[in-house]
Amino acid sequence: MTISRMLLGAASLALIAGMAHAESGTADKRIALSNNYAGNSWRQAMLQTYEEIGKKAVADGVVAAADAYTTSENQATEQAAQIQNMILQGYDAIVLNAASPTALNGAVKEACDAGITVVSFDGIVTEPCAWRIAVDFAAMGKEEVDYLATRLPDGGNLLEIRGLAGVFVDDEISKGIHQGVAEHDKFKIVGSVHGDWAQDVAQKAVAGILPSLPEVVGVVTQGGDGYGAAQAFKAAGRPTPLIVLGNRQDEMKWWAEQRDANGYETLSLSIAPGVASLAFWVAQQVLAGEEVPKDLTVPFLKITQDTLDESLANTPEGSVANVTYSLDDAKKVIADAK
Amino acid sequence: MSFLARHRIILPVVSLAVLLAATFYMQPRAMSYFGLNLLFNLAVPIALATIAQMMIIMVNDIDLSLGAFVSLVACVTATFLNDTPMLGLLILLALILSYALLGALIHALDLPAIVVTLGMSFVWGGLALFILPSPGGASPDWLRTLMTVKPPIVPMAVVASVIIAAVTHLLIIRSGIGTVLRGVGGNATSVARAGWPVIRLKAFAYGLAGLFGVLAGMTLVGLTTSADANIALRYTLLSIAGVILGGGEFIGGKVSPTGAVIGALTLTLAASFLSFMRLSPDWQIGAQGAILILVLTARLIFSRRGEA
Repeated sequence: MTISRMLLGAASLALIAGMAHAESGTADKRIALSNNYAGNSWRQAMLQTYEEIGKKAVADGVVAAADAYTTSENQATEQAAQIQNMILQGYDAIVLNAASPTALNGAVKEACDAGITVVSFDGIVTEPCAWRIAVDFAAMGKEEVDYLATRLPDGGNLLEIRGLAGVFVDDEISKGIHQGVAEHDKFKIVGSVHGDWAQDVAQKAVAGILPSLPEVVGVVTQGGDGYGAAQAFKAAGRPTPLIVLGNRQDEMKWWAEQRDANGYETLSLSIAPGVASLAFWVAQQVLAGEEVPKDLTVPFLKITQDTLDESLANTPEGSVANVTYSLDDAKKVIADAK
Repeated sequence: MSFLARHRIILPVVSLAVLLAATFYMQPRAMSYFGLNLLFNLAVPIALATIAQMMIIMVNDIDLSLGAFVSLVACVTATFLNDTPMLGLLILLALILSYALLGALIHALDLPAIVVTLGMSFVWGGLALFILPSPGGASPDWLRTLMTVKPPIVPMAVVASVIIAAVTHLLIIRSGIGTVLRGVGGNATSVARAGWPVIRLKAFAYGLAGLFGVLAGMTLVGLTTSADANIALRYTLLSIAGVILGGGEFIGGKVSPTGAVIGALTLTLAASFLSFMRLSPDWQIGAQGAILILVLTARLIFSRRGEA
């Protein structure tokens, strides 16, 4: 290799690096995550995903910093102060999982007025100047019934397990499920219990209602309750119906066991904690000057018979299936919303 | 008595100054009109809540319902006061009155305030959930304007703190009624023997607490632009810590309004300072507690030396 060829190589490398730099245009930008709670497996997985993707983005020179902050207490006033501190620290964008959809609006507005891009996800804020990556929980509920309709063309009786009473998410998913049942009128919901998104509560609740129910062909759930429901059916000596699961590790493990034993087949769907990485890339795209609609929707993470083994292997015990979103995923979500 | 023991305001002032200097060192951006406002604007409702708590501590009681009460006021402000101002105003007046009644009740039946207020915290919390079952509401425009006003030279948060301190200082330390109120905390029996109706004085002190609690809730909504039923639950403990940090004592009517305001500012600043230090959130609550214990230890050392 001659010197001139080496120089040429170096020059083209520099050119490529320069182009990549120009393409991102955010190499000097700093992004912070404002998080209000870290006390469950979902949030832990979320923080971990953000940290991984942030570290990589900083190493690749896409952004200058991607720090994560969690408030010491899950309180809106604390998080408002945290956001104000971030303004002072001079971040260019704030990725936000909010303690309250409205009580942070004052602080968010202040951040916007200071020229900071605010992208809220999961726990979104209503302040119009912020971006929102929302979860369409109703669509998730409807999808469960749609799936049951493909598997059980004859229809039949369904048992609905709901989440924590009085919480917005519970209302939305249930609304979607009932909408689905209205469309597929071969199905009929014969019982409804609150499982509070916890296996033990769901098991007790299902065990309580089962003796009064006719034959149940399917169970629609909200996540975190499918395994408990299966145990209740087993304890009552009834055949295991088709239970839609919610991506928890214990649910997937049970599913795999049943599949190996008797060819059990179902669907599992929920929101991946990796949505934090999606929010990160959306913020990066906004900073890069891309035109991004203010309201975006998170895709669900679906686990099917084919992907079960892979998901189960990648999910730590007691955790929930996760996926890390890439820049391309974010671009696709943005394009879909346009 | 030593100089420090006599002027109990010195220690809170020094604590705040040290913390402020450290914050400026870590985050020079904070050393500006804009920065100071961001650092301290959420301290304004906390300062008002601390004054409210001080009124109760002044008469030897303690209020464990303050956070829930401020949350309730915030919910009323973001709904009724915004939609139907007259009705909203009436509700807020009724809330102040109920605080006064509570004070009279506690005195008349000789009930422990700690139990009564703990019970009331569930009542306030329930009412707040009833008014605003899910987060929402909107701040009245005039309130938002008031809380985002940009006075010349000194930012709103600092001006507001000075005004709160000055007004309550005049009311509690300088005025005649303030002296009697502190007397109720110091020695209720002698105040009663001197011919003062203690029940009315206690009701008045609780009423004042209610008034400042209402002001705290309103200013909070002015800052956040909306409310939820749990928005200010932390204020109960923050306000107690603020009073003590500011040189107040749990018994004997020994309180300092200026100190209480400074205590509230110090607590707010401590949280920001720890966040600037990038301390893990798991350690932050502990570190906040450590700052509190540090200041109290310093005070104890100085006051012991003063007595010796």
